[in-house]
Order: sequence, then C-alpha cells, then structure tokens
Amino acid sequence: MGLKILTEHINVPGIETLEVYRKHGGYKSVEKALKTMSPEEVVEEVKTSGLRGRGGAGFPTGMKWSFLAKPEGVPRYLVCNADESEPGTFKDRWFMEKNPHALVEGMITSSYALGANTSYIYIRGELLFVLRILEKAIAEAYAAGLLGKNILGSGYDLDLHVAPGGGAYICGEETALLESLEGKRGNPRNKPPFPAVKGLFQSPTVVNNVETIASVPWIVNNTGAEYAKIGVGRSTGTKLISASGNINNPGVFEIELGVPVEEFIYSDQYCGGIWKGKQLKAVVPGGSSVPILPANLILKTAAGEDRLMSYESLSDGGFVSGSMLGSGAFIVFDEDQCIVRNTWNYARFYHHESCGQCSPCREGTGWMEKVLHRIEYGHGHQQDIDLLVSVAKQIEGNTICPLGDAAAWPVASAVRHFRDEFEWHIRHPKEATA
Amino acid sequence: MLTTEEIQQIDHEISLVPVRKAACIEALKVVQKQRGWVSDDTLKAVADYMEMSPAELDSVATFYNLIFRQPVGRHVILVCDSISCWVMGYENLKEHLTQKLGIQYGQTTPDGKFTILPNVCLGCCDHAPALMVDNDLYHDVTPDKINALLEKYA
Ligand SMILES: NC(=O)C1=CN([C@@H]2O[C@H](COP(=O)(O)OP(=O)(O)OC[C@H]3O[C@@H](n4cnc5c(N)ncnc54)[C@H](O)[C@@H]3O)[C@@H](O)[C@H]2O)C=CC1
Ligand SMILES: Cc1cc2nc3c(=O)[nH]c(=O)nc-3n(C[C@H](O)[C@H](O)[C@H](O)COP(=O)(O)O)c2cc1C
Ligand code: SF4
Ligand code: FES
Repeated sequence: MGLKILTEHINVPGIETLEVYRKHGGYKSVEKALKTMSPEEVVEEVKTSGLRGRGGAGFPTGMKWSFLAKPEGVPRYLVCNADESEPGTFKDRWFMEKNPHALVEGMITSSYALGANTSYIYIRGELLFVLRILEKAIAEAYAAGLLGKNILGSGYDLDLHVAPGGGAYICGEETALLESLEGKRGNPRNKPPFPAVKGLFQSPTVVNNVETIASVPWIVNNTGAEYAKIGVGRSTGTKLISASGNINNPGVFEIELGVPVEEFIYSDQYCGGIWKGKQLKAVVPGGSSVPILPANLILKTAAGEDRLMSYESLSDGGFVSGSMLGSGAFIVFDEDQCIVRNTWNYARFYHHESCGQCSPCREGTGWMEKVLHRIEYGHGHQQDIDLLVSVAKQIEGNTICPLGDAAAWPVASAVRHFRDEFEWHIRHPKEATA
Repeated sequence: MLTTEEIQQIDHEISLVPVRKAACIEALKVVQKQRGWVSDDTLKAVADYMEMSPAELDSVATFYNLIFRQPVGRHVILVCDSISCWVMGYENLKEHLTQKLGIQYGQTTPDGKFTILPNVCLGCCDHAPALMVDNDLYHDVTPDKINALLEKYA
C-alpha cells in the first residue's frame, strides 16, 4: 500500500471523537500554525506543496490563496465546498462521515492562513446525517478551545458553521454555491471577478473542496517540500478516488498520484478487476462530466505509454484520445453495458440540472436528451449522430459556467469512441430496444 | 401564520448569517419540517417574516429539489437514478417500487404514507443502487430490502 495522508487513521475506532482524533496526532497543525507560523508562511507551504484543487478543476491551491484580495476593513471568508453531487463521486461524503475532525482541523488551519474569522462548510441538503456528524465535531472543537475566541491563546478568532443546501447539483459550482449561501437561487455568476476578489456577500472568498482542505494539516505538519515529493510531476500528493460500476471492490481508495490505471483497475489493493470475470469496456475516470474512454485508451495513451492516475496523464491526448482526472470519480463499465443508454442517462441528468440561464445549455441539454432517447428507443435517424455532435459543439465554451461543457463532453466523446454502437442502434431499432 | 416554535427556529437561523434574507432557504425548511410541505399561505407568511416578496421567495423555493411546494406523503422516498445506480440495477428497483406502491414518480399513495421522487446521485455509488427514505440512506437495495423498508416506515 502506498503512503496514506488522508486515510492513515480512518479505520481507528472512535476517530470521529475529539479524544481519539487527538490521540492520533489530531489538531497538531492548528497548534503549529497558530503558535509558530505567520499566515503568509502557511500560504507559502501550501504553494510549495503543489497541492491542486480536488474539486475537479485542479487549480493550484496555494496560488488561489495568494490571489485572495485583502482590502482594509472587509471580512474574508473560507467556504468549504461539500456539495458533492457529481454522479460517481462519493469520496467527500465518505471522508466527512468517517473522519469529521480532519476537515474541521483543515478548516481552522486554512482559515488562519487566509485571515478569515468566519468560515462555512456548505454541504448538500440530502446528507443531514453527515451534517449532524460535522456539527458534533465542531461542538467538541469549540468546547476544547479550538474554535471561537482566542483559539489556544493565540489571539486568533474563528467561527465555523455548517450550511446545508436545498438539493441542486448546480450549487456545487462555486459561484452558484455562494448565491445559495446568500439565500438565493443557485444561478452561477460570471467569472471574473473570481470569488477570491468578490465572493460571499461581495467579500473576498476562497472556495475549496473538502479533500483539498483536509490535505492542508499534513502539509503544515510535514512541510510543503515533503508533500511535493509525493506523486508524479505536477500531480503532487495523494488523491481519494471514488471507484464504482462493474468492479469487484467498489469504494474509496487513497492513491499516490501516478499509479498506473491498469494497476488501479486490476490490483486487489484497489478495484480488484472487473466483476463476474467480464471484460472491461470503458471508463469514465473523473466523474460524469469528463469524457469517456474505451478500454484501450484508458489503459494506454494514443502514443502507447501506460496511462497513469494523474492530472497530466489522464488528459494526455486532449479530447481526441484523452479525458480528465476531474473529481476522481472512476466509473467502470463492463462489456455488457450499452453506451447509448448510459449516455442518455447523463444527458437526462444535465438537462434536469441546468439552471437555465444560458440558452445553449438550457436548450442544448434538452436536445441531446431528446435525440439520445429517440436513438435508444429505436426511432433514431442516421443524421441524429451528427446532430448530437453539432449540438454538443454549440454548447461547449458558450456558457456562463462549465455545466454546459460537462453536458457536452460525455456525449461528444461517446459518439467519438463508440460511433458504431450508435449506428447499430439506428439500423437495428428492434434489437436495440429489446 | 407561523407558530412560536417556527419563529424561534427561524430566528436562530437568522442569527447565523450577516443578512436576514440569507436564512430564507433554512426558514422554508423549518416550516416544511412542521407542515410536511410549503403551501401558498405558508410561503407568504415566511416571505413576510423574512422581509421578502412572496414572488422572490417562491423563485428560490422552486429552485431547490428538497423544498416541496406540493403536498407529499408522510415519508418521501428519493431514488437515485444517476449513472452508477443505473448500471447496478436501478431499473429493476424502480419497477419493483412503483409496482409495490402502485404509484409513479411524483405521486403519493392514496393512504398518504409515501411519495416517490427520483434524485441525483446520493453519494453512495460504491453500494449502488441507493435510495433515501426521509433522512436515512439505504444502499445495496434489493426488492427484498424494499419490502422490508416499506413495512418499517408503514
Ligand atoms: N466534485 C464535483 O462534484 C464536481 C466537480 N466538477 C469539476 O469542476 C470543474 C470546474 O470547476 P470551476 O470552478 O468552474 O473551474 P475553474 O477552472 O473556473 O476554477 C477552479 C478554481 O480556481 C479558481 N481560480 C481560477 N482562476 C483564478 C484566478 N485567476 N484568480 C483566482 N482564482 C482563480 C476558481 O475560483 C476556482 O475556485 C470541472 O473540471 C469538474 O471536474 C464538476 C461537477 C461536479
Ligand atoms: C456544475 C459544477 C458542479 C461542481 N460541483 C462541485 C462539488 O460538488 N464539489 C466541489 O468541490 N467542486 C465542485 N465544482 C467545482 C467548483 O466550482 C470549484 O472549482 C471547487 O470547489 C474549488 O475547490 P478546489 O480548488 O479545492 O477544487 C463544480 C463545478 C461545476 C461547474
Ligand atoms: S451553463 Fe447551464 S448551468 Fe451553467 S449557468 Fe449556464 S444555463 Fe446555468
Ligand atoms: S449514482 Fe446512485 S448513489 Fe451515486
């Protein structure tokens, strides 16, 4: 097993309590940062670590933190994005449920680095039981003087709140999330200005994913330089991967970035191979919003090199022969899966979740759903395949937020790699619906 | 009219945010918890209390899946219809559930016990298929498990 940064103690009984968490070295980073480091020094360590946003976009965290505007007399906020609703992604829910104090510790240390005195964890509204777990951990931290006024006698004050959402996928997009926190519809805002300049209640705000924030304590305790030694190239550190679909061991795995995809799929340490002895057909490596790859291209790049679980390797080949690491939701399809049917499922999802502000997204997702439905149910025409590609192209890049792209890419890539399957459906309407 | 208890809880939510309006989604949840759903009259009462227009609050309320603007049953079943559940047997599950209850998505059983709704990924894809009953998450759901659940909540 590789190095464990986030999950080393995750199976220790009672780790969700402050007492056990502290016994295993918990909250050391709070003591170290607040008592011996300046906020700038913490930001510097995170920069050196090369840590990249684990919410999907992979933006360098230290850089984002250093872009945070600091006008006099205006509060700054840290908001943890725990909205996780991307189909196939469940690592954040799993992590918060098992080890809530690790997120609370990360929030304190990160808020200190950013000079925030009020911070929020925005969690999806469906997960009330996880919200209760977090609230309990937060209450314990207040009682122990780790939150509130003058934390550990350092003079630093922090209030931490958990805010539940109302059930809307789009509220995971950071600016929609901020709108929702302000009590509005979750319509994404135009960027720029980025939240780092104008965020929650118009104040400078950093939005970071649960896993990103939970990685900060290790970096503070062990230095950014040590973190940067883990992983491969610009993909430093470890990553939680949510593995699901037709595999023997679905679950969350912490991997050192750079593990070969083939090993990840077939090793008993990880997915344990395709279930029921079947063949691998395709993988969506980064959550429903990234391109799908057929078996040959997920295992090897177009140049014939081993594909690795890293930001660079998974995107090698661009959209022609590559995909993305995204939020690390690895969804595996066996030989019996119907690509047309699964693509229709995505299209329906994005159509339902579009906030409707931009016409290419609102109309385009509806079109794609309709056309895919008709192909799947035996009423498709040959021209429909090119129609799908053309609708996807018209959405891509023409919208306020990337939900439009996220809807277009899975469809465009499914047609690119599995065109013959779409054609077969159209030529054999009866068998296709059977 | 809002009850004293509802007002107390809403005031608590308001105390947590710098702007009154920011607590409006939570305020809707408070009344929904008491009344099961948010009727037009309830919406208006909450809007008055939050110092918002009913139209503004309604546009917020209708945006979120978990705010019900129509009556629902005593228990709401949210069935995940996203990709991992989809490939792990969602369709059989849906078939069984709708047959057993004799209703389709969006409907409530005649005895007022259950409403079923589709939902996006519930973050439980490693134990697909998954569903929620009220606030409880159930995974690796089979037809047998469904039968047991319906009895448990009946
Ligand atoms: N985890 C999940 O459930 C889901 C994740 N995603 C992922 O979300 C990604 C897209 O997210 P976006 O936030 O739209 O990406 P983005 O590239 O616009 O931004 C990434 C982060 O960097 C910050 N940033 C970028 N440039 C900046 C600058 N010049 N100054 C300050 N801050 C800057 C942004 O504020 C944001 O926090 C997709 O790649 C997808 O993988 C999508 C759907 C669901
Ligand atoms: C439609 C959509 C949904 C998103 N959902 C999430 C989410 O659930 N969790 C998350 O961390 N980021 C999500 N993101 C990405 C956020 O906008 C943002 O990039 C991220 O929270 C920044 O944190 P990070 O830098 O730590 O990754 C989503 C983006 C889009 C476009
Ligand atoms: S791309 Fe879609 S979800 Fe994003 S702002 Fe536009 S309409 Fe809304
Ligand atoms: S796809 Fe159903 S829980 Fe994730």
